Amino acid sequence: MASYIIRRLVTSIFVVVGVSAVVFCLTFLSGDPAVLMMPPNSTAEEIRAFREQQGYDDPILVQYARYMQRAVQGDFGDSIIHGQAALPLIVNRLPATLELTVASMILAICLAIPLGVFSALRRGTIFDLGGMLVALIGQSVPSFWLAIMMIYLFSVTWGLLPTSGRGGLTHLILPAIAIAVGLMALLTRLVRSTMLEVLGEDYIRTARAKGIREMLVVSRHALRNALIPLVTVIGLQFGYILGSAVVVETVFTWPGVGLFTIQAITNRDYPVVQASVFVLATAVVMINLIVDLVYGFLDPRIRVGTN
Amino acid sequence: MRETIALHSNLSKEAIPSTSLWSRFRSIRWRKSPLALVGGTLVLVVVTLALLAPLIAPHDPVKQSLSAALRPPFWQSGGDLTHPLGTDQFGRDVLSRMLYGARISLLIAVLAALCGAIVGVTLGLISGYYGGWVGALIMRLVDLNLAFPLILLALAIVAILGPSTRVLILVMTITAWMIYARVVRGVTLSLSTQEFVQSARISGASGARILVRHLLPNLMAPIVVIWTLEIARIILLESALSFLGLGVPPPTPTWGRMLAEGRGYLTLAGWISIFPGLAIMVTVLGINLLGDGIRDLLDPRMRKSL
Repeated sequence: MASYIIRRLVTSIFVVVGVSAVVFCLTFLSGDPAVLMMPPNSTAEEIRAFREQQGYDDPILVQYARYMQRAVQGDFGDSIIHGQAALPLIVNRLPATLELTVASMILAICLAIPLGVFSALRRGTIFDLGGMLVALIGQSVPSFWLAIMMIYLFSVTWGLLPTSGRGGLTHLILPAIAIAVGLMALLTRLVRSTMLEVLGEDYIRTARAKGIREMLVVSRHALRNALIPLVTVIGLQFGYILGSAVVVETVFTWPGVGLFTIQAITNRDYPVVQASVFVLATAVVMINLIVDLVYGFLDPRIRVGTN
Repeated sequence: MRETIALHSNLSKEAIPSTSLWSRFRSIRWRKSPLALVGGTLVLVVVTLALLAPLIAPHDPVKQSLSAALRPPFWQSGGDLTHPLGTDQFGRDVLSRMLYGARISLLIAVLAALCGAIVGVTLGLISGYYGGWVGALIMRLVDLNLAFPLILLALAIVAILGPSTRVLILVMTITAWMIYARVVRGVTLSLSTQEFVQSARISGASGARILVRHLLPNLMAPIVVIWTLEIARIILLESALSFLGLGVPPPTPTWGRMLAEGRGYLTLAGWISIFPGLAIMVTVLGINLLGDGIRDLLDPRMRKSL
């Protein structure tokens, strides 16, 4: 197990270093970072001065070394718009984004497990087919459109829930649903297919033969094993959920990293964009690391297999 | 996705390099899979409408006419058949804009999923067949790319390079190659040990020849399935970018921007944003149904892994 953890840690560090390299390269995509970061109406003289001040004339490797030296200290430069260090600006908005993503994940999981199990137990019936069709529709709805339609119905027409902002539980409901629907659809299908597979296993037949009540066979013997792949998929989907959050946050003006980053992109505030891409990608790497370690504990076959 | 590789190794054990993909595709009993048939029909309708847009669109999609602004669809009072789905705040015909919007969405998605396939399949074959440090490096690149919230990476790149159809295809390709690389590597790894590959090797076939003539044909089924599902994913991503103002720039109509523009008129003229949203949903649903159907019918063993 120790070597497994160490190997996963090394891989994760490699990925984070890679992430920072990509973030560094981003500003060079356009050719000249100085032109990119200065306001569009700047004079050539102003751009030249900015370039010199930022050291964009140095060889690229020198710039990369300088960038990495700052990056390990968490310094991605100052926000052009806010005049403060970019990283803390992002980190301060992280709790709002996490609140939203965690709420959506909980919602999706709580609905997907019973739906998936039910579909698997009623395989081939109209419930199953209907459930799977609904799941596919859920995977095909653009989250931002769903968000707008829900705002229209629940907030504008019926006045039940607030249209935007962050506050109590009522503010959380609509954006969390908008993000959760796609994930829920995916997880429902996954739970269904793994349940079907597990229900065909020998140990389920054994359990039934022993005369254990069907309720217990399903919940204790089948569901527990069917949930293992769910853990991995949730981990892998975390990046996707953060991505949906970026869009949904803008619709609901939810004061998280997503909304802030979109504003930074509009304002050409690239240090903030860089810091944001770095923070979110690192968060995904961390979550996946945690998931893999949890997975190792849940399923002994994994850690034995790697040793 | 982690289990993809493991599951694929047993998917490919029985792969036989004799029947072509097309003959397998034709042998599909479509009637056995009503959902795939529904999906296929939806896709066919959307593609036909997109191709015929210049012929069937009732109006110029970009022509503004303020005197005709905010006309409702024909079934609502005040609407008529001149603008079947109504007009937006600039008096542009919603139906015509949707038909033209389908063209740009499909063009970007189909091409980007194809470019992603070319890059991903090539890298996956190299990684799976040659292995070694190159193979490991390619897989680390896959891990790296999967770590980014793709929409954020796409937004940042589009913002820096400036939005255009070409840049969007490029960006979508960057988000699309990893899944091909992973799956192709997995299948290649297990196929490489099979007799038909080894006998080709013994008879002196070059590495490139083995990859293209012996391995690639066996990979076509999963590649086609991934390609289909990737098109659906890219349409959603492209429309999200467009919604956020970083899609193909105006005046080209896109579904995502129509939605964004209609947002402010939701109570007054809901149809401006309802119809493009439905168009996205129906198109993506059709492609997903078709992709799932093809997957189940071509090779049921792929079911869990894709």
